[in-house]
Amino acid sequence: MLVAENVFFYALAAVMAIGAVRVVTTNNVVHAALYLVVVLAGGAGQFLLLGQEFVAWVQVIVYIGAVLVLFLFGIMLTRAPMRADEPLNNDLRALALLPTALLAVVLSIVLIDQFDDTKLGLTEPIRTSEVTRSIFRQYLVPFELVGVLLLGALIGAVVLARRD
Amino acid sequence: MYLNQFLLLSVFLFCAGMYGVMTRKHTVLVLMSVELMLAAVNINLVAFGAHYNDPVGQVFALFVLTIAAAEVGVGLAIVLLIYRNLHSSNPDEVDVLRG
Repeated sequence: MLVAENVFFYALAAVMAIGAVRVVTTNNVVHAALYLVVVLAGGAGQFLLLGQEFVAWVQVIVYIGAVLVLFLFGIMLTRAPMRADEPLNNDLRALALLPTALLAVVLSIVLIDQFDDTKLGLTEPIRTSEVTRSIFRQYLVPFELVGVLLLGALIGAVVLARRD
Repeated sequence: MYLNQFLLLSVFLFCAGMYGVMTRKHTVLVLMSVELMLAAVNINLVAFGAHYNDPVGQVFALFVLTIAAAEVGVGLAIVLLIYRNLHSSNPDEVDVLRG
Protein backbone atom coordinates (compact mmCIF):
# COMPACT_ATOMS: atom_id res chain seq x y z
CA MET A 1 0.00 0.00 0.00
CA LEU A 2 2.69 2.47 0.98
CA VAL A 3 4.84 1.58 -2.02
CA ALA A 4 1.86 1.88 -4.35
CA GLU A 5 1.07 5.31 -2.92
CA ASN A 6 4.61 6.49 -3.45
CA VAL A 7 4.78 5.13 -7.00
CA PHE A 8 1.51 6.90 -7.79
CA PHE A 9 2.78 10.12 -6.22
CA TYR A 10 6.11 10.21 -7.99
CA ALA A 11 4.65 9.25 -11.37
CA LEU A 12 2.06 12.03 -11.07
CA ALA A 13 4.63 14.49 -9.73
CA ALA A 14 6.99 13.84 -12.64
CA VAL A 15 4.20 14.36 -15.18
CA MET A 16 3.10 17.54 -13.40
CA ALA A 17 6.66 18.91 -13.24
CA ILE A 18 7.25 18.31 -16.95
CA GLY A 19 3.86 19.81 -17.76
CA ALA A 20 4.55 22.88 -15.62
CA VAL A 21 7.89 23.50 -17.32
CA ARG A 22 6.27 23.13 -20.73
CA VAL A 23 3.48 25.57 -19.79
CA VAL A 24 6.05 28.32 -19.24
CA THR A 25 8.44 27.44 -22.07
CA THR A 26 6.45 26.11 -25.05
CA ASN A 27 6.19 28.33 -28.12
CA ASN A 28 2.64 27.32 -28.94
CA VAL A 29 -0.14 29.02 -27.00
CA VAL A 30 -2.65 26.19 -27.44
CA HIS A 31 -0.06 23.63 -26.34
CA ALA A 32 0.53 25.71 -23.20
CA ALA A 33 -3.19 25.51 -22.38
CA LEU A 34 -3.18 21.75 -22.94
CA TYR A 35 -0.10 21.29 -20.73
CA LEU A 36 -1.93 23.31 -18.09
CA VAL A 37 -4.70 20.69 -18.31
CA VAL A 38 -2.09 18.00 -17.60
CA VAL A 39 -0.80 19.86 -14.54
CA LEU A 40 -4.26 20.51 -13.15
CA ALA A 41 -5.42 16.94 -13.76
CA GLY A 42 -2.28 15.76 -11.96
CA GLY A 43 -3.21 18.08 -9.11
CA ALA A 44 -6.64 16.47 -8.94
CA GLY A 45 -4.89 13.07 -8.79
CA GLN A 46 -2.78 14.30 -5.87
CA PHE A 47 -5.92 15.45 -4.09
CA LEU A 48 -7.41 11.97 -4.53
CA LEU A 49 -4.19 10.49 -3.19
CA LEU A 50 -4.57 12.75 -0.15
CA GLY A 51 -8.11 11.45 0.37
CA GLN A 52 -9.79 14.78 -0.46
CA GLU A 53 -12.34 13.72 -3.02
CA PHE A 54 -14.58 16.75 -3.17
CA VAL A 55 -11.93 19.30 -4.04
CA ALA A 56 -10.43 16.86 -6.57
CA TRP A 57 -13.64 16.66 -8.57
CA VAL A 58 -14.29 20.37 -8.21
CA GLN A 59 -10.81 20.93 -9.64
CA VAL A 60 -11.66 18.74 -12.63
CA ILE A 61 -15.02 20.42 -13.25
CA VAL A 62 -14.10 24.04 -12.59
CA TYR A 63 -10.51 24.20 -13.82
CA ILE A 64 -10.41 21.69 -16.63
CA GLY A 65 -14.05 22.15 -17.58
CA ALA A 66 -14.55 25.89 -17.32
CA VAL A 67 -11.34 27.85 -16.85
CA LEU A 68 -9.51 26.09 -19.66
CA VAL A 69 -12.39 26.76 -22.08
CA LEU A 70 -12.14 30.42 -21.09
CA PHE A 71 -8.41 30.33 -21.83
CA LEU A 72 -9.00 28.78 -25.24
CA PHE A 73 -11.55 31.50 -26.01
CA GLY A 74 -9.03 34.11 -24.89
CA ILE A 75 -6.43 32.61 -27.22
CA MET A 76 -8.87 32.63 -30.13
CA LEU A 77 -10.11 36.16 -29.53
CA THR A 78 -6.66 37.73 -29.23
CA ARG A 79 -5.46 35.91 -32.37
CA ALA A 80 -2.47 34.47 -30.56
CA PRO A 81 0.37 33.22 -32.77
CA MET A 82 -0.10 29.48 -33.27
CA ARG A 83 3.20 28.97 -35.07
CA ALA A 84 6.37 28.04 -33.26
CA ASP A 85 8.65 30.31 -35.26
CA GLU A 86 9.02 33.15 -32.77
CA PRO A 87 9.75 32.57 -29.10
CA LEU A 88 6.96 33.50 -26.70
CA ASN A 89 9.39 34.24 -23.88
CA ASN A 90 11.04 37.64 -23.61
CA ASP A 91 14.75 38.38 -23.25
CA LEU A 92 14.67 38.15 -19.46
CA ARG A 93 14.85 34.34 -19.49
CA ALA A 94 18.25 34.02 -17.80
CA LEU A 95 17.62 36.94 -15.48
CA ALA A 96 14.24 35.56 -14.42
CA LEU A 97 15.77 32.20 -13.58
CA LEU A 98 17.81 33.85 -10.83
CA PRO A 99 14.98 34.94 -8.47
CA THR A 100 13.05 31.78 -9.38
CA ALA A 101 15.92 29.52 -8.34
CA LEU A 102 16.52 31.66 -5.26
CA LEU A 103 12.88 31.32 -4.17
CA ALA A 104 12.92 27.58 -4.84
CA VAL A 105 16.09 27.07 -2.81
CA VAL A 106 14.94 29.21 0.11
CA LEU A 107 11.50 27.57 0.27
CA SER A 108 13.01 24.07 -0.03
CA ILE A 109 15.50 24.75 2.75
CA VAL A 110 12.78 26.08 5.05
CA LEU A 111 10.45 23.16 4.31
CA ILE A 112 13.13 20.49 4.68
CA ASP A 113 14.29 22.13 7.89
CA GLN A 114 10.77 22.23 9.29
CA PHE A 115 9.01 19.09 7.99
CA ASP A 116 11.90 16.81 7.08
CA ASP A 117 10.50 13.54 8.43
CA THR A 118 6.94 14.54 9.19
CA LYS A 119 4.74 11.64 8.18
CA LEU A 120 1.41 12.61 6.66
CA GLY A 121 -1.12 12.45 9.51
CA LEU A 122 -3.89 11.29 7.20
CA THR A 123 -5.97 8.53 8.78
CA GLU A 124 -8.99 8.29 6.51
CA PRO A 125 -10.42 10.21 3.55
CA ILE A 126 -12.27 13.38 4.43
CA ARG A 127 -15.88 12.96 3.44
CA THR A 128 -17.81 15.49 1.40
CA SER A 129 -20.39 15.76 4.19
CA GLU A 130 -17.68 17.03 6.56
CA VAL A 131 -16.55 19.59 3.98
CA THR A 132 -20.07 20.89 3.38
CA ARG A 133 -20.74 21.01 7.13
CA SER A 134 -17.60 23.10 7.51
CA ILE A 135 -18.62 25.42 4.66
CA PHE A 136 -22.20 25.94 5.76
CA ARG A 137 -21.54 26.31 9.49
CA GLN A 138 -18.11 27.71 10.17
CA TYR A 139 -17.47 29.47 6.87
CA LEU A 140 -20.97 30.50 5.79
CA VAL A 141 -20.23 34.24 5.57
CA PRO A 142 -17.05 33.87 3.45
CA PHE A 143 -18.93 31.42 1.25
CA GLU A 144 -21.71 33.91 0.58
CA LEU A 145 -19.17 36.68 0.04
CA VAL A 146 -17.39 34.54 -2.55
CA GLY A 147 -20.72 34.01 -4.29
CA VAL A 148 -21.29 37.78 -4.46
CA LEU A 149 -17.72 38.23 -5.71
CA LEU A 150 -18.29 35.73 -8.51
CA LEU A 151 -21.45 37.56 -9.54
CA GLY A 152 -19.54 40.84 -9.49
CA ALA A 153 -16.75 39.34 -11.59
CA LEU A 154 -19.30 37.97 -14.07
CA ILE A 155 -21.00 41.35 -14.49
CA GLY A 156 -17.64 43.12 -14.62
CA ALA A 157 -16.33 40.82 -17.32
CA VAL A 158 -19.47 41.30 -19.43
CA VAL A 159 -19.29 45.10 -19.04
CA LEU A 160 -15.57 45.14 -19.94
CA ALA A 161 -15.74 42.88 -22.96
CA ARG A 162 -18.96 44.25 -24.43
CA ARG A 163 -18.71 46.23 -27.64
CA ASP A 164 -20.52 49.58 -27.40
CA MET B 1 3.99 9.29 2.60
CA TYR B 2 5.68 12.38 3.90
CA LEU B 3 4.10 15.81 4.09
CA ASN B 4 7.17 17.29 2.42
CA GLN B 5 6.60 15.40 -0.85
CA PHE B 6 3.52 17.49 -1.52
CA LEU B 7 5.00 20.73 -0.23
CA LEU B 8 8.09 20.44 -2.42
CA LEU B 9 5.99 19.59 -5.49
CA SER B 10 4.01 22.72 -4.76
CA VAL B 11 7.24 24.75 -4.45
CA PHE B 12 8.27 23.55 -7.90
CA LEU B 13 4.93 24.43 -9.48
CA PHE B 14 4.91 27.84 -7.80
CA CYS B 15 8.40 28.66 -9.04
CA ALA B 16 7.54 27.52 -12.57
CA GLY B 17 4.51 29.82 -12.46
CA MET B 18 6.60 32.71 -11.20
CA TYR B 19 9.12 32.20 -14.00
CA GLY B 20 6.25 32.22 -16.50
CA VAL B 21 4.82 35.45 -15.12
CA MET B 22 8.21 37.13 -15.52
CA THR B 23 9.10 35.86 -18.99
CA ARG B 24 5.96 35.22 -21.04
CA LYS B 25 5.25 37.60 -23.92
CA HIS B 26 1.54 36.86 -24.29
CA THR B 27 -0.92 38.08 -21.68
CA VAL B 28 -3.02 34.91 -21.80
CA LEU B 29 0.13 32.91 -21.06
CA VAL B 30 0.89 35.18 -18.10
CA LEU B 31 -2.60 34.43 -16.77
CA MET B 32 -1.93 30.71 -17.25
CA SER B 33 1.24 31.03 -15.18
CA VAL B 34 -0.77 32.73 -12.45
CA GLU B 35 -3.13 29.74 -12.54
CA LEU B 36 -0.12 27.49 -12.09
CA MET B 37 0.84 29.40 -8.95
CA LEU B 38 -2.70 29.19 -7.59
CA ALA B 39 -2.77 25.43 -8.24
CA ALA B 40 0.48 25.12 -6.27
CA VAL B 41 -1.06 26.99 -3.35
CA ASN B 42 -4.07 24.67 -3.51
CA ILE B 43 -1.86 21.59 -3.22
CA ASN B 44 -0.30 23.15 -0.14
CA LEU B 45 -3.65 23.86 1.49
CA VAL B 46 -5.02 20.40 0.76
CA ALA B 47 -1.83 18.69 1.97
CA PHE B 48 -2.02 20.48 5.31
CA GLY B 49 -5.74 19.73 5.53
CA ALA B 50 -4.95 16.05 5.05
CA HIS B 51 -2.07 16.24 7.52
CA TYR B 52 -4.30 17.56 10.30
CA ASN B 53 -7.35 15.53 9.22
CA ASP B 54 -9.32 18.72 8.95
CA PRO B 55 -11.85 19.56 6.17
CA VAL B 56 -10.84 23.21 6.40
CA GLY B 57 -7.99 22.60 3.95
CA GLN B 58 -10.50 21.61 1.30
CA VAL B 59 -12.75 24.56 2.15
CA PHE B 60 -9.95 27.06 1.62
CA ALA B 61 -8.85 25.28 -1.55
CA LEU B 62 -12.42 25.68 -2.83
CA PHE B 63 -12.29 29.40 -2.05
CA VAL B 64 -9.01 29.68 -3.96
CA LEU B 65 -10.60 27.86 -6.91
CA THR B 66 -13.52 30.27 -6.91
CA ILE B 67 -11.30 33.33 -6.74
CA ALA B 68 -9.17 31.87 -9.56
CA ALA B 69 -12.25 31.44 -11.75
CA ALA B 70 -13.31 35.04 -11.09
CA GLU B 71 -9.77 36.24 -11.77
CA VAL B 72 -9.60 34.44 -15.10
CA GLY B 73 -12.97 35.83 -16.18
CA VAL B 74 -12.10 39.45 -15.43
CA GLY B 75 -8.49 39.01 -16.55
CA LEU B 76 -9.45 37.70 -19.97
CA ALA B 77 -11.97 40.51 -20.41
CA ILE B 78 -9.20 43.02 -19.69
CA VAL B 79 -6.83 41.21 -22.08
CA LEU B 80 -9.50 41.36 -24.77
CA LEU B 81 -10.05 45.06 -24.17
CA ILE B 82 -6.30 45.79 -24.34
CA TYR B 83 -6.05 43.77 -27.56
CA ARG B 84 -8.95 45.68 -29.06
CA ASN B 85 -7.52 49.08 -28.17
CA LEU B 86 -3.77 48.58 -28.65
CA HIS B 87 -3.78 45.65 -31.13
CA SER B 88 -1.22 43.86 -29.03
CA SER B 89 -1.31 41.08 -26.49
CA ASN B 90 2.27 41.55 -25.32
CA PRO B 91 2.31 42.91 -21.76
CA ASP B 92 5.69 44.56 -22.48
CA GLU B 93 4.08 46.76 -25.13
CA VAL B 94 1.35 48.07 -22.86
CA ASP B 95 3.31 51.08 -21.64
CA VAL B 96 0.83 53.92 -22.22
CA LEU B 97 1.32 55.13 -18.67
CA ARG B 98 5.11 55.22 -18.94
CA GLY B 99 6.39 58.76 -18.37
